[in-house]
Amino acid sequence: MSEAPDQALLAAQEDRLRRVWETPGGWRYWSAVNNTEVGVWYTATSFFFFLFAGVLALIMRGQLAVPDNDLVSPGLYNQLFTLHGTMMMFLFAVPIFEAVAILILPQMLAARDLPFPRLSAFGYWCFLIGGVFVAGSIFFNAAPDGGWFMYPPLTTDPEFSGIGADIWLLGLSFIEVASIAAAVELIVGVLKCRPPGMRINLIPLYCWYVLIVAGMILFAFPPLIAGDILFEMERLFNWPFFDPSRGGDPILWQHLFWIFGHPEVYIIFLPSIALLAMIVPTFAQRPIVGYGWIVLAAVGTGFLSFGLWAHHMFTTGLPIVSQGFFSAASEAVAIPTGVQIFVFVATMLAGRVVFAIPMLYATGALAIFVFGGLTGVMVALAPFDWQAHDSYFVVAHLHYTLIGGMFFPLIAGVYYFYPFVMGRMLSDRLGKWAFWLMFTGFNIAFLPMHFTGLRGMPRRVFTYPEGLGFDLLNLVSTLGAFVMAAGVLVLTWDLVRPLNWKPKAPKNPWNAGTLEWAEGDPESPWGIRSVPIIESRYPLWDQPDLARKIHEGRFFLPDAEEGKRETMVTTVLDAEPLQVLRLPGNSFLPMLAAVFVGGSFIAATFHWWVTTILSGVIGIGVIMVWLWTGTSMIPEKREKNAGLGTVLPLYASGPSSVGWWAMFITMVGDGTAFGSLVFSYFFYWTIRPDFPPPDATGPGQFYPTLAAILALLAWGLMLLARTRNRAGHELKALFMVMGSAFAALGSGAAILWAPYVTGLEPTRDSYDATVWVLAIWTAVHLGVGVLMQGYCVARGLAGKLSARHDIDLQNVTLYWHFATITALTTALVTGLFPLAVGGG
Amino acid sequence: MLRFGDKANLWFLIAPPTIWALHFLFCYVTAAVICAKSGLSADLRPIQIAIGAATVVAALLIVAAGWKAYRHWRPSSELPPYDDPSDDDREQFLGISTFLLSCLSLVGVVFVALPALFIADCR
Repeated sequence: MSEAPDQALLAAQEDRLRRVWETPGGWRYWSAVNNTEVGVWYTATSFFFFLFAGVLALIMRGQLAVPDNDLVSPGLYNQLFTLHGTMMMFLFAVPIFEAVAILILPQMLAARDLPFPRLSAFGYWCFLIGGVFVAGSIFFNAAPDGGWFMYPPLTTDPEFSGIGADIWLLGLSFIEVASIAAAVELIVGVLKCRPPGMRINLIPLYCWYVLIVAGMILFAFPPLIAGDILFEMERLFNWPFFDPSRGGDPILWQHLFWIFGHPEVYIIFLPSIALLAMIVPTFAQRPIVGYGWIVLAAVGTGFLSFGLWAHHMFTTGLPIVSQGFFSAASEAVAIPTGVQIFVFVATMLAGRVVFAIPMLYATGALAIFVFGGLTGVMVALAPFDWQAHDSYFVVAHLHYTLIGGMFFPLIAGVYYFYPFVMGRMLSDRLGKWAFWLMFTGFNIAFLPMHFTGLRGMPRRVFTYPEGLGFDLLNLVSTLGAFVMAAGVLVLTWDLVRPLNWKPKAPKNPWNAGTLEWAEGDPESPWGIRSVPIIESRYPLWDQPDLARKIHEGRFFLPDAEEGKRETMVTTVLDAEPLQVLRLPGNSFLPMLAAVFVGGSFIAATFHWWVTTILSGVIGIGVIMVWLWTGTSMIPEKREKNAGLGTVLPLYASGPSSVGWWAMFITMVGDGTAFGSLVFSYFFYWTIRPDFPPPDATGPGQFYPTLAAILALLAWGLMLLARTRNRAGHELKALFMVMGSAFAALGSGAAILWAPYVTGLEPTRDSYDATVWVLAIWTAVHLGVGVLMQGYCVARGLAGKLSARHDIDLQNVTLYWHFATITALTTALVTGLFPLAVGGG
Repeated sequence: MLRFGDKANLWFLIAPPTIWALHFLFCYVTAAVICAKSGLSADLRPIQIAIGAATVVAALLIVAAGWKAYRHWRPSSELPPYDDPSDDDREQFLGISTFLLSCLSLVGVVFVALPALFIADCR
């Protein structure tokens, strides 16, 4: 590979690549779906929401500066703290993880883009619309005001909480869907889109974290979505899930919220620590010490974090032994968390640290986070928590963990990756100013809050009388908050000042070892010039001349002969080349789909039902057009030469296709949401002496059993259709799909008919409501399944689905595995469980 | 022919913490149901026996997973960092990571079981 490259050929290749990957100009710019554009929009939008939520915090600190202050009204103050928490969590901390991952992951993996670029774009537009809707509500004095965790019964009572609670529930549910979409994209990206040779023991640590965090999103967000459904049904239709007078229980919401809420803390902490795992080795100029230990820490934290949720509920009267379990797990999670810190310290000790600006933020982050971690060990002890609960001590603790564990590492990442994204350097001088202002301001603001809390000041109070010992501490906190804000202002200025005021970044300015620095020029739109073969964890350090060879197109996919966007798909463990994946190009469809689906959610908030339905139906229509015109396209030839003498297929279906994995992962998340609804059913059974209640009239056994049988029939026909289609009996297969659809419709009808005909009144008792919600969930899933079947039939008739090209049928069959499990579970739980406990 | 577990993979990696999670869930659900159904002064001895048994089972499973991982790791043949692009290093890396996770999961299981040992009723 040492002969001189043919310059004319290189230029021609680059020309073709540029044409294919070019960012559209003018108003069409907004149709871009490439990760380099969507990632930047996503990051900028979430940073804007961060500034917005920060201003809300400053107003709160202004109000609390002196006792008996009347800067804002109590009602507005309630909106301020609710929106501050909500926005920081849902519109900044989680989305910016997705944003940064979308931005840097493909280049880190030497992929041209993630496997579903339009899905990323859809997620972004959902986030933007939902975010503006939720944030904007404060200008109409309509923001949610029940605290960011929205405890009923305060928030289920329309008299105490106006439309704000609906805005919270529907706006955030919409954004959660976007988060799950991003999670699907990132998991498939890390597992299937790595460069050849990048085996599982060689992947950048950032990717390990992304994989784990995306997996956590899949299990953490769905319980909240399930909770949101129950909550909104209570608010809109008076179904008594959380109303104790009709057999409901507000504690159920706390469980569902915190099963999401505690893992969420780690969902935002781990990706930021992941940035440190990239930054620390670069500035220590040596590989990380203890790569395996980081994997242990990341996976371990990911799992353990799901056993902590009830430590937010120590004061709700849980049995002491239950508190013990959660307390023990909360202490145990300190082990993997600590391991990461030691790994970073060891790497710094073993290398020769260059103290550039990103390292300044990294060390500041570690200092603050360790402090917050230690108070975390304190509040994880139930007896201490009983004292500190809902006091300013908790406010101090959570800000130390989040700002130390998430915000400072993120800013370290901003300084580190800015040259990679923009091709310019941020200012050292401004960076130092911003750091010291934020670091000192933060500590001045939040350190005193530990004492304010221990002296007894509760959180979420709009004012306090003088002379209780809170006055000076609060004034100091307010001063600190404004110093920190000054730092944020300096940072923001450094980010937004005109690009040509900033020096051009040299290639690989930090002398990093990982692949995202190989290209060295954000102006070239293709992400990576050719997809290299990887032999090291730090290929730019260990593989001589790698960057040059990549530029000379000496590896895979150096060209775009057919004028199509392409990237490599490889195997999960050893990254052996499997397929050349054709990626969809720019399109306004994801944006349109987000507008209409979002419109449906927003209209529901205001109870405009016709608009809700209309907007939803158009949204589904747009998604159908998007799928029809942009997915499972049949390539013009079977395979192509990917370079280096490797011929790879252009089409793959079933478990070897990325779409199949996306469906599988999505349905795991969907199953988790369904599991949470089933959990609710058994939760009521646990806490109520009589469940099902003696006066419950349904749903009986006949119709649930019928529904189960029909669902099994639908599933069997789908399996048969898949096999027949593969065997070449394409028309027969289509008839089977149609037969399956009829069986599915029958099953859905039976499952809904059961509670209806037996007279279950969802507003009467939480039992009736729970049976109804399980039935509706199942019927909707069967309905969606039928929609998919209709799509398959249409594809078949249009000649886009055949024995060889059966992605759609494979994926829909996979969906049907899950839909069938859902239907069987609902039938078993609602129909047969009452028999088992002697009710019904 | 490969026998079950001859080759390390990602499912083996997440097996030990999954066992931890199932054990955790079992402890929590058992105690919650008994406490809810029999009142705050319910005798926890049956729970202690059930949780004790579950803990032994979970611990044995984790030890088995850890042993398997140790075999993949083979620390005597080569020390970390296992960063060569070879089958051997991939196996050893997955081995050591799974082994470490087994240790953490074992500690986690013991941690979570302890409250059941020391707390005798539901109050």
